[in-house]
Amino acid sequence: MKHVLAVIVENRPGVLTRVAGLFSRRGFNIDSIAVGETEDSELSRMTILVEGDENVIEQVIKQLNKLIDVVKISNLTNESTVNRELVLIKVKAEPAARAELQQLAETFRAKIVDVSLDSIIVEVTGDDEKIKAFELLLRHFGIQELVRTGKISMMRGVKYIKINGEGGKSG
Amino acid sequence: MVVEALIKEKVEVIFGYPGGAVLPLYDALFDADIKHIMPRHEQGGIHAADGYARATGKPGVCIATSGPGATNLVTGIANAYMDSVPVVAITGQVPVPLIGTDAFQEADITGITLPITKHNYLVKDVKDLPGMIKEAFYVSVTGRPGPVLVDIPRDVFVQEANFEYPERIDMRSYRPTYTGHGGQINRALRVIREAKKPVICTGGGVVGSGAQEELLKIAEMAQIPVTSTLMGLGGFPGGHPLSLGMLGMHGTVCANYAVTESDLFIGIGMRFDDRVTGKLDSFAPEAKVIHIDIDPAEIGKNIAVNVPIVGDIKRILGQMLKKLKKGDTREWVSQVDEWKRLYPLGYEYSEEELKPQYVIEQICKITGGDAVIATDVGQHQMWTAQYFTFNKARSLISSGGLGTMGYGFPAAIGAQIGRPGETVFCIAGDGSIQMNSQELATAVGNQLPIKVAIINNQYLGMVRQWQELFFKRRYSSTFLEQGPDFVKLAEAYGAAGIRVTKPGEVVPALQQAMEIKDRPVFIDFQVASEENVFPMVAPASPINQIIGGGKE
Ligand SMILES: Cc1ncc(C[n+]2csc(CCOP(=O)(O)OP(=O)(O)O)c2C)c(N)n1
Ligand SMILES: [Mg+2]
Repeated sequence: MKHVLAVIVENRPGVLTRVAGLFSRRGFNIDSIAVGETEDSELSRMTILVEGDENVIEQVIKQLNKLIDVVKISNLTNESTVNRELVLIKVKAEPAARAELQQLAETFRAKIVDVSLDSIIVEVTGDDEKIKAFELLLRHFGIQELVRTGKISMMRGVKYIKINGEGGKSG
Repeated sequence: MVVEALIKEKVEVIFGYPGGAVLPLYDALFDADIKHIMPRHEQGGIHAADGYARATGKPGVCIATSGPGATNLVTGIANAYMDSVPVVAITGQVPVPLIGTDAFQEADITGITLPITKHNYLVKDVKDLPGMIKEAFYVSVTGRPGPVLVDIPRDVFVQEANFEYPERIDMRSYRPTYTGHGGQINRALRVIREAKKPVICTGGGVVGSGAQEELLKIAEMAQIPVTSTLMGLGGFPGGHPLSLGMLGMHGTVCANYAVTESDLFIGIGMRFDDRVTGKLDSFAPEAKVIHIDIDPAEIGKNIAVNVPIVGDIKRILGQMLKKLKKGDTREWVSQVDEWKRLYPLGYEYSEEELKPQYVIEQICKITGGDAVIATDVGQHQMWTAQYFTFNKARSLISSGGLGTMGYGFPAAIGAQIGRPGETVFCIAGDGSIQMNSQELATAVGNQLPIKVAIINNQYLGMVRQWQELFFKRRYSSTFLEQGPDFVKLAEAYGAAGIRVTKPGEVVPALQQAMEIKDRPVFIDFQVASEENVFPMVAPASPINQIIGGGKE
């Protein structure tokens, strides 16, 4: 099963290596990882998608907690969340195909952000399913390049991740 | 500035080896009020720091220069990491502007040691130096202890800055739990009261947290037999009637039987290593499990736990003692005693051949068990665990998790420096001692009266034993034909050397060694070469299937 972890870390050099190294060393499988600064510039937030059963996830969380630079871990898997990922896709686009692409993009609320003689770059955000469906359609035109940011995730409603609140680090 | 910080940390002794990148530090150390011990190899230095830490409970500090100096620490860091030993390693690094350019003697030591340190630091700005050193010591000794490395570029050593050493630290990302959860403790107490066949297993954590008194009280009050991992030996008196001796691969029959039959297994500061559990499915199959440990990640890692308690062992056992009510274990204790009587440890004594087990027994006798014993890794290590009765915490210093040959002698040096005036033995293998015998110079130079008992079987004995049992006696590369003359080797360094070939010579040689107070002594015990360590549980087998002991 796929799990979504939000990991708040000290914004220090090497912290990504520490986290990534832990996953490979202990044989955990990362599907994706997205990192960026938070509202507090001293902290970064990683959204990590990891595959495994309950026991594996428990170990992942405990081992991550042992890293000195990790401040807090929240398991968002069973929370109601807003999930987003941004994807850039460069598609072959002969002039004849452009109108159709334009239409497709509109349906998926994607944006065409660059146009050249025989290709365009489309930007699309959304959850997994939407992105998959869109990608499938674009394949017909010929995808030259695809890049994704990795998923980011935030709890809906009044809940939010408090840095020094409950569920903070121990041990 | 580094020296000032070390003084603030009350560091009394440093094990270090100089070089280009740490020249400024050595210049400051030249007239500093800190004892500096120079090993003859950085690996010797860090093992000595590790041995010092295990013997005293204080953090061990070592220094190495950049590049090869730092990489020579790697085995020692991994060793300390596996056994949760507080060691602070300070390494020099090439100057900041040169980092990342493959400069002379540059090695990415923080990268290399990432998976084998509790944490590490690269100090790029002198302003961060005091805080990072403070943190390094704090992280190393608190929670589950471990090695921490601080990498300092050469130019940072010489930069000027106001020295303000932080008095306290509070790290939002690091807050170990010390007090046990009240609800879990109550559950544990209930389970203990209901148990008919409980067993306690002590691990290195009992020794680390200094919980031996609390443990003794609990075991006696509740009448629970106590076994131990290698690292836990001495955490409970080995000579106590409730003691079962060591558990696992070379554990006693009674310990392995008792755990297999138990209805409650109480693991304290131990981590269910495969050398202890054997085949996991058959480990304590009938038992509920209480696991007490400071590291939450250890709980449930290898086996399912019914009652987990996270925190400092000494504190938790203290909490438990207040409300402990005993169950009825009389029948169980007599059953366990029966196993002890039926299946004692034993070997065939011989007048002609010197038996290694006999040597260890005599060392135990002559010291009255009151000595610090450091070991190398191999058969001699297991015989030490079996035939020396460890009654006191911090009396056995041995490489458990990593199993590092060459650990014993430098560790003994660290122990002797940390506990001057006490008897320190190193029980070494003829293979292992050759991995760090250069430290003879260190021991002689510092007039350390360490007694090195070399159990010389002319083999990499433990490997030979496995070849005998599992590879049809094909002794591939385990015969140590070209051993040095250990007596001459010792004498070449200015140490004493004694050779022993017959059982009758053992006691006189030990007495002679005990008289030597101003230098180390090597005793070359030329023992039977194909003696095996029994009992033995084959790897990945259930621990009640025992070779050379128990019900056949
Ligand atoms: C650094 C290192 N290399 C290899 C090994 C594998 N190994 C484990 S025990 C052993 C034999 C040790 O021989 P010796 O020191 O003579 O001890 P004995 O078993 O003969 O008592 C070896 C090679 C090890 N543990 N450590
Ligand atoms: Mg040997």
